[in-house]
Amino acid sequence: MTLHAQTAPGGGALELRGVKRIFGSHAALAGIDLTIKAGEFIALLGPSGCGKSTALNCIAGLLPLSGGSIHLGDRRIDGLKPEDRGFGMVFQSYALFPHLNVRKNVGFGLTMRGVSRGEIDRRVDEALGLVRLREQAEKLPGQMSGGQQQRVAIARAIVIEPPVVLMDEPLSNLDAKLRLEMRAEIRRIHETIGSTTVYVTHDQDEALSMADRVVVMRDGTIRQVGTPEELYEKPAHQDVADFMGFRNRLPGRVVGVADGRAEVEVAGARLSGTARESVQAGGGAVVSIRPEDLVAVPGGPGLAARVTAIEYRGRAFFGNAVAADGTELFFRADRPLEKGADIRLTAEPARTLVFAGAGA
Amino acid sequence: MSSAPLDGMVAAAGLDERVALRTRLAARGLDGTTLFVLPALLAILALFVYPFLYGLALSFRPKAGGVLGNYAHFFSDPFLYDTIWTTLRLAMPVTILNLVLAVPIAMRVRLMRRQRLLTTILVLPVTLGTVLVAEGLLNYLGPQGWFNRTLIWAGLLSGPVKLTNNYWGVFASLLITGFPFTFLLTLSYVTGIDPALEQAGAVHGASARQRFTRIILPLILPGLAITFCLSFVQAFAVFPSAVLLGAPAGPTRVISIAAYQAAFEEYDYSLASAIAMVMGAVQLAIVAAVLGARGMLYRGPVGGTKG
Repeated sequence: MTLHAQTAPGGGALELRGVKRIFGSHAALAGIDLTIKAGEFIALLGPSGCGKSTALNCIAGLLPLSGGSIHLGDRRIDGLKPEDRGFGMVFQSYALFPHLNVRKNVGFGLTMRGVSRGEIDRRVDEALGLVRLREQAEKLPGQMSGGQQQRVAIARAIVIEPPVVLMDEPLSNLDAKLRLEMRAEIRRIHETIGSTTVYVTHDQDEALSMADRVVVMRDGTIRQVGTPEELYEKPAHQDVADFMGFRNRLPGRVVGVADGRAEVEVAGARLSGTARESVQAGGGAVVSIRPEDLVAVPGGPGLAARVTAIEYRGRAFFGNAVAADGTELFFRADRPLEKGADIRLTAEPARTLVFAGAGA
Repeated sequence: MSSAPLDGMVAAAGLDERVALRTRLAARGLDGTTLFVLPALLAILALFVYPFLYGLALSFRPKAGGVLGNYAHFFSDPFLYDTIWTTLRLAMPVTILNLVLAVPIAMRVRLMRRQRLLTTILVLPVTLGTVLVAEGLLNYLGPQGWFNRTLIWAGLLSGPVKLTNNYWGVFASLLITGFPFTFLLTLSYVTGIDPALEQAGAVHGASARQRFTRIILPLILPGLAITFCLSFVQAFAVFPSAVLLGAPAGPTRVISIAAYQAAFEEYDYSLASAIAMVMGAVQLAIVAAVLGARGMLYRGPVGGTKG
């Protein structure tokens, strides 16, 4: 697609500087700094209420800032009305205009920009081709399935060739199978049009599989920004680890620290792990391990625990166990185990992360 | 004893049939609960259908002339047929003005957090009744009322403007008593629209005006048509304020006054019935025209999502 004359801001990096949004006495965004490169696919990831949607609405101009500024390239845009920013946006509820057919919905932004009729038709066809809905152009949104409506919403957002496309949990209303298909579809469209994309989601799988970089948010602040690999392998914060599937969260006491390794006493056993935050011998710490990395062994060293539940999930068994002090554990086993059996659980030090914490 | 199994089978077959009938009725929406409709149905028959048919029949039995004598009389006497125009001249502008006022206020109220308080204030006039409003307006808009006195005091007028006992008095009264109803209906249509639709419009480049004309208006127009019909019918039946605040002998001699005079001053119930029928026909014609036009509009769901 070729870029047409627009009064809206052109491309360039999207930069958030100390962006704050306060609702009453609650800070939905407590001053976030983030630079998104032109053409990058960024996912804002976090649980509900973490401020990710607020951040997106601030970028769109639908919410005024309480502080800070937003820049696109060398232009400051946080004072512009949403209609003057020239962005595209996909809403969680699709927000298609129910009285307009697909063609008019998709062409809406172009009509508002006073683009000529023939040009609109050409570009709407192009956008509908991109989301594979060219045959449905004359239908009303109400006559389409959820997945089709979402694709129309995407076409409407990209047809204006915006420098920035914003997506607010666009797949959360779709069923699991369609979600997987649409992930690939959205990624493909992003690569075709090359717009900067900011994608809000609470689904870590979605964020990790689609984004170039993921921004993990919690309580209105950014916990970590990194590529999916970085976040998955090296979460920098306990909250990030929680989000990346480290279900075992074991408070303990540090007994020794050396070259980034930490020995932690947890539930009566000693675990050797990688320190992700600075910890001191004698201080408290939290050990995080993924269930698939906490492996049941017949005997020897490790966490002593008793199996409370076990289920087969293809290839391996996953189970719950309770340590002597009552801590709940999630583990993997290569063979079936009896409920009530006493086991030992071990994990590789590289896959055992130690964070600073109150400890036990 | 030997026939017992057979009896059982027959009984079972009978039961089957009964159940089947009940199921078939239920499938058509008829079951025990349907009986609750009966009292209302009786009331409608006794209080609306019967009087209507009685009046219709009565209108074809004039004191003088043939079957259509009353109607011929009505449409040949300007004193009578002019009332149609007089009433329309009041009801139409009042209804349209009420809608034009209600839409922007509803658009604003929808965004407010203290909606209920404002809505209560706006709806209050409906509880006052036409007569109280008429009395109030007689004092307020009268030659010695605050309205005129304030404007004269401010130097904007040299003498009082005549706002009562004429067209404008009735107009003001209809506006005040009709507004709450129009507003409430309009508010319900406006709040039914998903705010995300407007946001989507804004992000994709529509100015506030364009968002209204291209998104909001098309979606509330079918609702506004219904609101128009209901408000119009209410205004068309104007009687107390036309008598109290208007000039019932001339400019505000509305059709209901003509019917009243026929019935209770000339004791010609047959003519009064005929006038009432004409009144109904005019209302029906307007409502049918508006609803017909509404049929050409989009009338699907007003949400942005699949319902």
